[in-house]
Amino acid sequence: MSTGDAVSVPPEPDAAEIARLEEAARRIRVELVRAVNHARAGHLGGPLSAADILAALYFSVLRIRPDEPGWADRDRFILSKGHSSIGLYAAMALRGYFPVEELLTFDAAHSRLQGHPDMTRLPGLDMSSGSLGMGISAAMGMALGARLTGREIRAWVMLGDGECQEGEVWEAAMAASRYHLDNLVAIIDHNKLQQYGWPGDGPDGRIPPQVPGELAGKWAAFGWRVLEADGHDMPAVLRVLREAERGDGRPTAIVAHTVKGKGVSYMEGHYFWHTRAIRPEEFEIAMAELGEPMAGNGAAR
Amino acid sequence: MTLPMGRAMREIFGETVAALADEDPRIVMLDADVASSTRADIFEKAHPDRYLQMGIAEQNMMGVAAGLATMGLIPFVSTFVSFAVVRPLDQVRVLIAQTGANVKITPGYAGMFTGQTGMSHIIVDDLAIMRVMPGMVTVAPADDVEADLALRWAASYQGPCYVRIVRDATQRLFDSSYRFAFGKAVVVREGRDVTLMATGTQTPRVVDAAELLAARGVDAHVLHVPTIKPLDTEAIVAAAERTGRVVTVEEHTVLGGLGGAVAEVLGEHRPTQLNRIGLQDTYVQSGPNDELLDIYGLSAARVAEQVLAILGRA
Repeated sequence: MSTGDAVSVPPEPDAAEIARLEEAARRIRVELVRAVNHARAGHLGGPLSAADILAALYFSVLRIRPDEPGWADRDRFILSKGHSSIGLYAAMALRGYFPVEELLTFDAAHSRLQGHPDMTRLPGLDMSSGSLGMGISAAMGMALGARLTGREIRAWVMLGDGECQEGEVWEAAMAASRYHLDNLVAIIDHNKLQQYGWPGDGPDGRIPPQVPGELAGKWAAFGWRVLEADGHDMPAVLRVLREAERGDGRPTAIVAHTVKGKGVSYMEGHYFWHTRAIRPEEFEIAMAELGEPMAGNGAAR
Repeated sequence: MTLPMGRAMREIFGETVAALADEDPRIVMLDADVASSTRADIFEKAHPDRYLQMGIAEQNMMGVAAGLATMGLIPFVSTFVSFAVVRPLDQVRVLIAQTGANVKITPGYAGMFTGQTGMSHIIVDDLAIMRVMPGMVTVAPADDVEADLALRWAASYQGPCYVRIVRDATQRLFDSSYRFAFGKAVVVREGRDVTLMATGTQTPRVVDAAELLAARGVDAHVLHVPTIKPLDTEAIVAAAERTGRVVTVEEHTVLGGLGGAVAEVLGEHRPTQLNRIGLQDTYVQSGPNDELLDIYGLSAARVAEQVLAILGRA
């Protein structure tokens, strides 16, 4: 809820806090690449672009209790771009919701870590997702429900930029501003690539889902407060998330400028790493670049 | 002699959910801008703070309902069947059925009585669609009395459910002594010659048809099946055994609805000659209610006529 205090400025995060969150983001990347490599299935580009934001949310911003995932007064978080589930699972595991080793069950039969998030299997997931465009509606329901039940909580939802092509996103955007839900924050992981993309003269013959400025303009036109940040610059990420917590009577959209595949050089900026399976030699390079070089026998050191 | 008219189910809808909300602060009403038609406006007048206009955006409405349910609220979602079942079907599936959200999908304008709207608004396959969805239960009340009871049941049921509500006044089948039991079918007329099974507001017309059949020397047994899923297998098998001959009748396509469900049950448990009366894989045009019933073979007289033909007594 809004504090009603328009003049206070969130404190600038100190260097130690930033270093802690950057390390959390690095470990999220390591664990998600490891899990996707192990599963030989899943997505890499999207989870890697979202990793810094997930780290800031789960290790600093969200009011949560990993040992009490059903805590009624927790902030809610929905990963509407459900195909990036492994990024969320890695953040949750590292934050203490479940053992990190369980990440290797990702995508396996009977795993709590389904290919797309299933809230009926894994405590701590606030909503199931996977069919794009839906998470923002559920988050709006949570924000509205919080108001109706007098709970001072915030509903956060992360969407992909490609996902913003779904009409439901704009149905929700329109309705949420009508209800002045300033306890609702939508983060758009604007990595400028989607699974295949529109043909054009960009990298790999594809062009971004939106033209520059389009997302910010659209969200603003739907009555949202729009904030923008570099989604890989941890001080900027933390600053923008803290700013989003200060309601001004409007829901907030954060357009986070990111790079698909961020952190693994050969994946960065290539649409085909949305779902491509990783080869053993590629895995070794990825782990080395993420600061987790492999031992000669293929096991992590 | 025909059954008397009851009140319009949609009026009961507005009144009953408003009354439920008097007792339970968790109940909220979501509307996609048709409250004056569905009579969700009755709820709004009683509980303006818990009436949630979602605008003409049904996909979002279903998602908002799922989110509200996770916050401990009990959302009743109201629009027309035409915009509550197919248009936001993926939202219903992913966010409500797959999560087990405690959302009550209670749309109005079920069946053909939609105020002469035509085929865009007359949904012929809602029971089939909702029935086959894992995690969803499906209820079609016969009249105003049963609609009131089914809505009260829905509020107390934990999980997603679909209860279809009819716009116009229809015949009253039950008196105030009736008790709705979720998942149970009920014998509404005893007979020996043929078993007629019906659901929703078609059942009163089938009871009338049974009287017409009696005048022709056919003693029909009538089973009312308000819960399409879970289906009352025991009652359906028993009713089939009673006469050895079954005819289903529904204001719905004969594919996948009551007729389809009964065929599945009988095929597996008690193979019995079965005929299905209902919409024959067709859409429905606009027109006055009585004319539509005649055109599509669902008036009491037309049902009786078809049953006689099926029995070779025409």
